[in-house]
Amino acid sequence: MKVVVCVKQIPDPADPGALDPETNTLKRDTKLILDESDSYGVEMALQLVDAAGDGEVHLVSMAANNEVGGLRTALAMGASSATIVSDDALGGSDALGTSKVLAAAIARQEPDLVLAGTESSDGYTGVVPEQVAELMGLPSVTFAKSISIEGGEAKIQRQTEAGYDDVECPLPVVVSVTAGVVEPRYPSFKGIMAAKSKPVDELDLDALGIDAAQVGWAGAGQEIVAVDEAPAREAGEVIEDDGDAHERIVAFLDDLKIL
Amino acid sequence: MGYPRQPSIFLSEEHDAFRTTVASFVQREIRPHADEWEAAGECSRELYRKAGAAGLLGLRYSEELGGSGLDFMATAVLAEELAKSDSIGTAVSLMAQSEFALAILADEASDEIKARWMAPAIAGELIGAIGVSEPGAGSDVAAITTRAVRDGGDYVISGQKTFISNGTRADFITLAVRTGEPGPKGISLVVFPTDTPGFEVGRRLDKLGARASDTGELYFDECRVPVANLVGEEGQGLRYILSHFGGERLVIASFAVGIMERLIELGLDYAAERQTFGSPILGFQTWRHRFAEMATSCEATRLLAYQAARLLSDRDPAGDLAVSMAKLRAAEAVQSVAAEVLQLHGGFGQMEESPIPRYYRDVAGFSIGAGTSEIMRELISRSLISTINTNPTNKETAR
Ligand SMILES: Cc1cc2nc3c(=O)[nH]c(=O)nc-3n(C[C@H](O)[C@H](O)[C@H](O)COP(=O)(O)OP(=O)(O)OC[C@H]3O[C@@H](n4cnc5c(N)ncnc54)[C@H](O)[C@@H]3O)c2cc1C
Repeated sequence: MKVVVCVKQIPDPADPGALDPETNTLKRDTKLILDESDSYGVEMALQLVDAAGDGEVHLVSMAANNEVGGLRTALAMGASSATIVSDDALGGSDALGTSKVLAAAIARQEPDLVLAGTESSDGYTGVVPEQVAELMGLPSVTFAKSISIEGGEAKIQRQTEAGYDDVECPLPVVVSVTAGVVEPRYPSFKGIMAAKSKPVDELDLDALGIDAAQVGWAGAGQEIVAVDEAPAREAGEVIEDDGDAHERIVAFLDDLKIL
Repeated sequence: MGYPRQPSIFLSEEHDAFRTTVASFVQREIRPHADEWEAAGECSRELYRKAGAAGLLGLRYSEELGGSGLDFMATAVLAEELAKSDSIGTAVSLMAQSEFALAILADEASDEIKARWMAPAIAGELIGAIGVSEPGAGSDVAAITTRAVRDGGDYVISGQKTFISNGTRADFITLAVRTGEPGPKGISLVVFPTDTPGFEVGRRLDKLGARASDTGELYFDECRVPVANLVGEEGQGLRYILSHFGGERLVIASFAVGIMERLIELGLDYAAERQTFGSPILGFQTWRHRFAEMATSCEATRLLAYQAARLLSDRDPAGDLAVSMAKLRAAEAVQSVAAEVLQLHGGFGQMEESPIPRYYRDVAGFSIGAGTSEIMRELISRSLISTINTNPTNKETAR
C-alpha cells in the first residue's frame, strides 16, 4: 500500500519571525520545521502501512529553496521518501495555487491513500485537502479520527459535533486527519541517522508541467488586504457562590450550547 | 525566550535533531506530570515504556539489544534535555536505568544476561537499578560487606544496600557483593532479580531533592541467585564499577548543563519582566553581569562535559580525568547558578509554585551522587601527581 502524506514545513511557532508588511504574509526565511498538525497524518500513515504488512509512506511538501528541515523529521519518524516542490514563481501562492502543486506532485506517486492535516498551524485556511481531492478527481473525507483499510476500502470515523460518522469509501481517497487523534512517535536517533540517506525528489513547476501564471502571486485569487491584532482576551465571568452557583454554571454552559 | 546555545564543534546536525526529539519528549511526556511525580516520589512506569519506544534508554547499546549503537555524545545531549523537565528526579530515574544499571552489563555480562535483562530494560519493559552503596560504604566502595556465598549452582546473598535509585520498584539490580576476601579484590557483580525470596525493600527514603526519583533501602536475607547471573569474572567487580563511573559522572555533568540553561532562560524571562524602581531587573548592570557569568559558567561546563564525552567514547584513558573535572566543575557551577537565580526571583523564588526552589534543592546532591566533589578532587590530584612521578626529570623532587 502506498500512502502519500501532505506535509507543511512552517516557521518554528516558538520563534515565528514576522509578517512582511508589504504582502501581509509570513516571512519564511527562517529555518522551517514540521507542522505539528501534519505529524498526526504521518503517524496514521505509518500505522496503516504497518497494519497492511507492506507498503510505504511518501511525503509531499511545497516550500521555498528546497527546504527539507521539516521533511527530515517526518522521514526520521519512518516515512520512506519525499517530494519537495520549490520554484521562485510559487511565492505568494494562495490555498488553491498550493493545492494545484500538491495535486500534481501527489498524482506522480499513484497513491492508494492521501492523508493531510485538517489545517496548517501557520495559515489555517483549512481547504487544501478538499481542493487537492477535487483537482485529482478523488473522493474527499474530512476530520478523520480513525482510518482502517479493509477489503480494498477505507473505513473512516469522521468526527462531527455530535460524535462521529462511519464512512466507507473506495480507494484512492484524500482524507484530512484531525490533530490529536493519534500519538505521533518521536524520531529516534536511529531514525534521524536513517533519514539522512532517504531519497528526496526536488521538483519545480516545469517538472510538474504547471504554468507559472496559474500559481504564486500571478495566479492567486485570494489576497490578504489587512492584518489586525487579535483582540485581547477579555476577563471571564466570575460566579460567586450564594448557594445557587451550580444552577448559574449550568445556565452558563447551556447558553454556550455545551450541555 | 530560549537559551542562546552556541553551535558546538562536538555535535553533528543529527545531535541537534535528536535534541529536538528529547525536548519534545520532555515537553509532552514529563513536564505536564512533573508536579504529580515529585509529590508521588516516583514517575510513572509507563514513562519507561514511552522512553524505550522513543529509543532513549539504549542510546549506547547494540542494535541487537534494541539500542542505537551511538556514543557518549548522544548521552550528553539526552541528559541535558531531560534535565530541563522541571523534575530532575524523573531524569535520574530514566538515566539510573539506561546509564547506571546497564553500562556494566553492556561491556561485561554474558549474552544470556543481556538478552534476559538488558533488552527488556532498553525497551522500557523492565526497571533496573545499580546497587553498590551501603550504610557503611559510600565513597569507599571497597568497604562493602553484602556477602554472596557460593552454594552449589547458587550464590546465597545476605546484607543491606542504601541510597539505591529506582530501588523501591526495580525488577533487577546490578548488585555489588563480596564473594571473596575483604578489600578491593573480593568484590563481584551479579544481576539480582527482585522477585527472589528473602529480598525486601525497606523505607522509601525521603530526601532533599530529586524527589520524583524513588530512592530505596534494600535488605537481602539468604537470597539465592544462580551463579549464571555473575557479571563477567568473580573478583573483578570493583574494577568494573570504577571503570564505568565515567558514564554516571558525565550524566550528572550534562544534567547540570541542562539545568543551567533552563535556569538562565527562566531567569532572563523574569528579569526582563519584573519591574523595580521603574526598571526591569535586567536594566541593572549588576544582574546583567551575573547573567554573563552564569552563561559563561554553563558553557565552560558544557565544553568540559563534551570533551569528556568524546574521550570516553574513544575509550581514551584520559576520559576518566576529563570526566572527573567535568563533574566537579558542573556540581559547583550549577549550585552557584541555582543560588543566583533563586536570589534573582526575590520572594517569588521561595514559592513552591515556581520551579526555582525545586531546582535549588535538586542540585544540592550533585556534589554527592556518582562520586563526591572531594573524591573528584582526589582523583584529579592523583592524576596530576602521577604525571610528576613518572616524569624522569622530576623524580628527584618527588622523592
Ligand atoms: C539521591 C542519591 C541517589 C543515589 N543513588 C545511588 C544508586 O543508585 N546506587 C548506589 O550504589 N549509590 C547511590 N547513591 C549513593 C552515593 O553514591 C553516595 O552517597 C556517595 O558515593 C557518597 O557516599 P556516602 O554517602 O557514603 O558519603 P561518605 O563516603 O561517607 O562521605 C561523607 C563525606 O566525606 C567525604 N569524604 C569521603 N571520603 C573522603 C576522602 N577520602 N577524602 C576527603 N573527603 C572524603 C565525602 O566527600 C563527603 O563529603 C545515591 C546517593 C544519593 C544522594
